[in-house]
Amino acid sequence: MSKTLFDKIWEKHIVKEVEGGPSVLYIDKHFIHEVTSPQAFKGLEKRGISLFRPQQIVATADHNVPTINQHLPIKDELSRLQVQQLKENCAHHGVELYGLGHPYQGIVHVIGPELGITQPGMTIVCGDSHTSTHGAFGAIAFGIGTSEVEMVFASQCLMQSKPKLMRINIEGELNKGVVSKDIILHIIALISASGGTGYFVEYAGSAIRSLSMEARMTICNMSIEMGARGGMIAPDETTFAYIKGREFAPQGEAWEKKLAEWKTLYSDADAVFDEELHINAADIEPMITYGTNPGQGIAVNGKIPSGSDNAKALQYMGLEAGKPLLGMPVQHVFIGSCTNSRIEDLRMVASLIKGKRKSDKVQVMIVPGSQQVSKQVKAEGLDKIFEEAGFEIRQAGCSACLGMNEDKIPAGEYCISTSNRNFEGRQGAGARTLLASPLTAAAAAITGVVTDVRELI
Amino acid sequence: MQALSTIHSRFVPLQMENVDTDQIIPARFLKATTRDGFGKNLFRDWRYENNDEAKPKADFVLNQPKYSGEILVAGKNFGCGSSREHAAWAIQDYGFKVVVSSFFADIFKNNALNNGVLPVTVSENFLQKLFAQGEAATVTVNLEQQTITIDGTGEQEKFEINAYKKTCLLNGYDDIDFLLSIKKDIEAFELQR
Ligand code: SF4
Repeated sequence: MSKTLFDKIWEKHIVKEVEGGPSVLYIDKHFIHEVTSPQAFKGLEKRGISLFRPQQIVATADHNVPTINQHLPIKDELSRLQVQQLKENCAHHGVELYGLGHPYQGIVHVIGPELGITQPGMTIVCGDSHTSTHGAFGAIAFGIGTSEVEMVFASQCLMQSKPKLMRINIEGELNKGVVSKDIILHIIALISASGGTGYFVEYAGSAIRSLSMEARMTICNMSIEMGARGGMIAPDETTFAYIKGREFAPQGEAWEKKLAEWKTLYSDADAVFDEELHINAADIEPMITYGTNPGQGIAVNGKIPSGSDNAKALQYMGLEAGKPLLGMPVQHVFIGSCTNSRIEDLRMVASLIKGKRKSDKVQVMIVPGSQQVSKQVKAEGLDKIFEEAGFEIRQAGCSACLGMNEDKIPAGEYCISTSNRNFEGRQGAGARTLLASPLTAAAAAITGVVTDVRELI
Repeated sequence: MQALSTIHSRFVPLQMENVDTDQIIPARFLKATTRDGFGKNLFRDWRYENNDEAKPKADFVLNQPKYSGEILVAGKNFGCGSSREHAAWAIQDYGFKVVVSSFFADIFKNNALNNGVLPVTVSENFLQKLFAQGEAATVTVNLEQQTITIDGTGEQEKFEINAYKKTCLLNGYDDIDFLLSIKKDIEAFELQR
């Protein structure tokens, strides 16, 4: 029988089926961070049990960490305690930690792939919804809650019901100025912030296959923003070339063996999906959101739609239905987050702004996704370009994506952000977030207003 | 985990769609390292003016004494957004045992079930009927029968729940108890792959 990519991986990881219930799914890799793990460690201790497979866990500190002076103690007491707790828990339970100060530290969804830990055919979980990012490598990767973190700690397994499967096919060539962030914002605007609930999504088609790994990660990352459990892309030569030679990638004979296995990971030609969607790449324009969920997006040169479900969002955003966003002043630009903080994203920004200077009216913050990305930025001299443009480069972490550290947007002000959520208060109480691609964000940094990047390239 | 069977209670109507976990419990409250005490920050920014507990917003349902009960009734796509289980902890700690909506985000649903909070999915039509009830109305949620009933009118709907999860809730077991019981199978699986 023909199988989907998802089926092939799923079936290989089922330990046991439970009568009338979910299956017992084996987990290959478990990423943890400081915010969603402490209660799970406590839970284990309360039950008097130890970690089942500590060597399959990798930890980092990202959500809470400051992005300046990371060598100093964290000022905020609660954040400091949480980061300290992670350190103690990892030491006590024998878990590898890439904490503050470690050359591998960074946003959990940036470091997994860049270290070669994330590989095709794996099952990967983390107490973080954007774990879907790792699906870009042809893995089943999804976010879990803290109770589930505890389950994986205790047994390396999860109780999971098989989700429905959706395939989204994007065919053709992308327009000038359109990048992978625009593709995913376009999809979410099309099917809404809940349009993928209950599904696991496979992205396919010539437009997807033409993308780099970084660009694919951006798409899979935001699968959760349409409610999907996760997103995935079949591995191909682009995937293999990306992984090869990375720190934890298989080597020598092991590489050849893995490679042969990975090459079988694709949806068979006549595999059936519960739902299938076809999108023409040429129909996608640079996108921007106007509302308070990621599905409330429009083409950057479009008008804000009216509609009763928009009213509350528009009131929060201080925007009016029927009006364009183009030309509207913004006060902040945030380039970062697990959606768009990889080296390719930063190269994209640098190439647009090279030799230009930011508008005096905006503050621009660039937060690389990991220490390794920071290092690469310097190696390529991108830091000079950013400095000359008046952009502020910070140290790695989640930063203003969720404003758990001091990187917050002040109430009432607008921020064009390359992150993934524009929820009320996400970037700070009262902050107004417009989600867009790194290119569109960079364009706004130069002009100080919402800009159609196609006019600058 | 506490066992759950029949809940008979008034309910708090939160007539809003796409209530995301950042609203249920804002990120700044995620710095705790225990599971306790999140209830007082449930819907924090909708509940208080300028984050000031002395200034409750009069128009928010949790601040209206006329509404109370162990059941929260909310609009479509409840619990979307982040995977933070703190959202389920906040709801439970506040005192809700059941959340009713016409649609739940996946992760939230799992998190709720793992904490003994029952998510009940009803039709949009039934949801609107609930919202149309007066503040004194009560509903009965019967987990064994998988029904939700508006006591005043007798209107009833069946709801779905996975048989395994139902057994867990009725008995107060959790997945870890089960997974630990099959450790031999897990080890055998690891060896044969
Ligand atoms: S960057 Fe933002 S979305 Fe990504 S893991 Fe950090 S907080 Fe979550």
